[in-house]
This record gives sequence, C-alpha cells and structure tokens, in this order.
Amino acid sequence: MSDPVILRCEDVTVSFDGFKAVQGMNLVLGKSGLRFLIGPNGAGKTTMLDAICGKVKPSGGSILYREEIDLAKRKEHQIAELGVGRKFQAPSIFPSLSVEENLELAMRQDRGITATLRAKLRAADRKLIGARLESIGLGGKQKLRAGSLSHGEKQWLEIGMMLLQEPSLLLLDEPAAGMTDRETEKTGVLLQEIARDRAVVVVEHDMEFVRNFASIVTVMHEGRLLMEGTMDQVQADERVAEVYLGKRREAAC
Amino acid sequence: MKAMMQKMSASRYGLAGIYLLAAALLMLAPMFTSDFRLNLLAKFLAFAIAAVGLDLLWGYTGILSLGHGVFFGLGGYAMAMHLKLQASGGRLPDFMDWSGLTKLPWFWAPFGNFWLAVILGIAIPAVVALFLGYFTFRNRIRGVYFTILTQALVIISVTLITGQQAYTGGTNGITGYGELFGYSLASPETKTALYYVTAAVLVLVFLLARIIVKSRFGKVLRAIRDGENRVRFLGYNPAKYQMAVFVLSAAFSGIAGMLFVLHVGIISPSMMGIVPSIEMVLWVAIGGRGTLIGAALGALLLNGAKSTFSETYPDIWLFFMGALFIVTTVFLPRGIAGLAVDGWRKLRLLLRGKRKEEPDHERSRYSAV
Repeated sequence: MSDPVILRCEDVTVSFDGFKAVQGMNLVLGKSGLRFLIGPNGAGKTTMLDAICGKVKPSGGSILYREEIDLAKRKEHQIAELGVGRKFQAPSIFPSLSVEENLELAMRQDRGITATLRAKLRAADRKLIGARLESIGLGGKQKLRAGSLSHGEKQWLEIGMMLLQEPSLLLLDEPAAGMTDRETEKTGVLLQEIARDRAVVVVEHDMEFVRNFASIVTVMHEGRLLMEGTMDQVQADERVAEVYLGKRREAAC
Repeated sequence: MKAMMQKMSASRYGLAGIYLLAAALLMLAPMFTSDFRLNLLAKFLAFAIAAVGLDLLWGYTGILSLGHGVFFGLGGYAMAMHLKLQASGGRLPDFMDWSGLTKLPWFWAPFGNFWLAVILGIAIPAVVALFLGYFTFRNRIRGVYFTILTQALVIISVTLITGQQAYTGGTNGITGYGELFGYSLASPETKTALYYVTAAVLVLVFLLARIIVKSRFGKVLRAIRDGENRVRFLGYNPAKYQMAVFVLSAAFSGIAGMLFVLHVGIISPSMMGIVPSIEMVLWVAIGGRGTLIGAALGALLLNGAKSTFSETYPDIWLFFMGALFIVTTVFLPRGIAGLAVDGWRKLRLLLRGKRKEEPDHERSRYSAV
C-alpha cells in the first residue's frame, strides 16, 4: 500500500492479572479506509481498541501513531486530542444535556478550563452543529434532553459527536448493535463515506454487515492476528472457518 | 415565599422576575424584621453562599463532599483571627497568654491586616481543596471513596485545631472580640450594614455561579456528572475540571465562614466538624440539587425551620427536623425546587388544557436554574 500509515501496532500485549487478552497483535492502518476487525468472542478485539485509545495500558509492544507518537505512553484525553475518536459498544452520551449541548461539547475546540469558561457558540458553530444534526437524522430534536432519545437515536448522536471531534482515526465498537436493518444500512453507508478521508476501525459481529461494507477485514483469534484480507479471502480461509466452526462446535456441546 | 417558589419554574421572564423579587426581599428585609431576626437571617444568607458553592460541586458535577465544614471553618478562623488581633490591640491574644505563649506565632501576623485576612480566608480553603483534589481527581478517586476522604479531612482538621490550643484556641475556638474597624459588632447599625454586605455577597456569588453553569465550562461539569469517561474520550481532562470546581466551591465556603463569624462572633472546631459538614449537604439536597436557587433556598428554609422549631418546641424540635429530612428525601428526591418545577408544569398544562408536553425537554431547560 502506498497510502501513508497512521497507526502501526507492533507486538502489542495486554494482560489482565496474568490473563493475556491480547498477545503480540500487529495492526497497520493507512490514513484512510474502513477496516473491520472480526473474530470469535474473547479474541481481544475490544481490548485492542481499548489499548489504542488508552483505556488500557499494553504491557508490551508499541502503538505508533503517525509513525512518531507512542500512544501507549499517553493518557486518554491526550490521545483523543491527537485525533483518535472512540465509540463504545453501549451508547454513551450525556443524558441530562440537550442534544445540541452534547454536540457542542464534542466539537473540535480548545478544551482547557479558561477556554470553555469564555467559549461562545458562534454562528459558524451553530451551522456546523445544524448540519451534523441533519446528517444524523436528529434535525428538529436539538433541544431535547439526550436521555429521552431512543436507543438508535443515541447511537446516532454519539456517532455525530465523534464526527464533530474530527478524528483522524475512528474506533467503533459494534456501532450497529441494536439498530434496525434500515438504520444498520444507513450506518454502513455513513461509515464508508467518512472513511474516505480518515481511518476507521470497526469491531463487528454482524457478518452480513461486514460483507456488505468491508474492503479489508482483520481476523483476530486468541489475542493474535489470524489473517488479513478481503472478505472473500477471509471466507475462503480454512483457519478462519475452523476458528468460527470450532466455536460453533463448542457451543453445541 | 411560597408563591415565589411556585413561580420559579416559569419562563425566563418569570425567572428574571423571581430573581428581582428575591433581590428586593433581601434588600427590604431590614425594614420589617427585628434586630435579632435580621442577625439570624444574615447568618442564614452566609449559609446560602456555602450551599451555592456545594451545589456547583455536588449538584452539577456529581462530586459529593462531606468535608465542606472544613473550608467554611478555615474562612471563619481567618476572620476570627483578624478580629482577635484587633481586640487584643497589639498584645498577645488572651488564650495564647493562658497557654504560655510569649510571642505571636508567625502565621498569625498576616491576619492583622483586614484585607490580607479576607484574601487568606478565601485562599487557604482554596489551596487545601486544590491539594486534596490534586491527589484524588488525578488518580481517579471518585464517588464514595472521595467522599470518605473528605470526611477524613474533617477529622484531621478538627483534631489538629483542637490539639493546638496555644495557636488556635482549641475546643473553645476563637471568640471574645466585638469590633471591626472600630465599629461595635453588637450595635444594630453595624448588624444592619453587615446584613447588607452578606446579602450583596450572596447575590454576587449567585450570579457568578450562574454565569459558570451557563457557560460551556458548566456544560462540561454536567457532562462529567453524566459520564466522566465519555468526557475523557472527547479530549477533556476531567481532573482539571473537577479540581477547578472543588477549589471554587471551597472558596465559596470560606467566604461564607468569614461572614458567619462577623454575625455570630465565634468560631470553634465544632462548627467545622462532621455534623455541620453533613448539614450543608442536606440544605442542598432538600432545596434541590442541580438548581442554584434551590440550594440557596434550602439553606434559608432549613435553618429557618431549625430555629422556629427549636424556639417553639425546645424539647422535641430535633424530631421535627428528622421528620422533615425523611419526608423530603422519600417524597421529594429532587428537592423543593424539583417540586416547584413539577407543580408549575402541571398547573400550566391544566390551564392550557394541553395533554402532554415533552417533560424531559422542560427539565433540561430548568436544570440550569
């Protein structure tokens, strides 16, 4: 790939009290494109995202951002400021704030105390928020308390917040969970669109969704990289089939 | 008072009207009350200042401190030390004499100057809060663990002050002074003037708090209450915000303590202990946390009730207080302000004959009251 690299994870290991959730994982991401991260339960997909965004500290390996910054040494809010956005599995928005206020806080801005004390919502900000509200289908609901939105709307609001953050690398954990088929379809289209000028990593269990929208798929198993390739290559791979089938066999027992 | 509270949840004009009414009541009170009542009211207004500060921390940011008595006390001691030095007129304060000190301790010297004492009465609580906040919030100690640490702060402070009798007056506290700038604290004129000063400070503190909660900074505080991790992954450093609001809240308590001493004429360790610290939280809880006016009213009403009950039923007034606490916590989880907001909404719906408006929306608009 001639595309410049935004993230280079080498030999990343994360352990919880001796249990290695991720062991020696490698992952290289270009500056743009949609990457799906799949694998059976417990493969370490979410932990891998946690390690990149700073929620957990890896015990070994390196996570190099833009080829120069080691994210393993930064704190969560610093990593976020460097341009890494993270969406968790359960929608996490600020329920007692209005939809508009949620977006206002997410907007790319100086996030220091003195800056937020003086910050005013300028016309340009309003326009930006208004446009985002339309794109996430929440137009007209800006004054509502975010806590009163439906589950799907909360997911969308959070995606909207992530986009206003203008990240260079976006990490999403099952963004379509709990959505209807139509909402899922819409999410997929949106993800493809935003992946045009930034790197997007999506952890997903819904194979139908992955098949429809993936260009490159990374398969993890037992904390390691199992294989990487197009969806066709992955589906044709024997090891992948065994990992998934093996799991199915276990489940049947 | 009751009519005022029912109106509280009205539109912005209604709200502005209530603020004006409250300000007018504050300014006119001296004309209608006895000197004794005015002095009591002035004391309660000082408590309201502390309540507003505590509400910023607990109501808006979701951090419960059971140690604000310490900050209140530190402010109180700063003012009491100044008054004591004034009253001693260049000689050693009496309790130091009794304890065998021959020289004024170095840290007492700055309090000889009134303005320096005022600055220290704000700065010392702020610095103590910054110190505690630095080691807790940065290490992500929060929730009940933080609350327990604030209780520890109370115990340490009370023990320290009680133990160092020669320097602090010990259990007796600091008292035995009666003049500020040569004016007698006991004279009705001084008391009225001090009342106005307290009312003005309350209005200023209230307005400052209102500006803060309306700003984007205030929205970050509420966001921290809702989901600290989300705030962090947006790129804000929650620890800085938590420290800032904790320091501000402690400073407000310090101001309240200074005014309290001017009205009451004594400060002692028992006024900054565990019980007063918890009482401060109750004012906010009963008034309605997350609403500034609720916190201020809570302090006024609860202390008003306390003195009314204790005068009328000297033997059983504590039971009344207990019953009041139970009733409000069980039936009014959002406090009196919450009750007023709900009541007003129902009333308006009845009047307009509308079926149902979006209740959550309404709530969000009033949460910044």
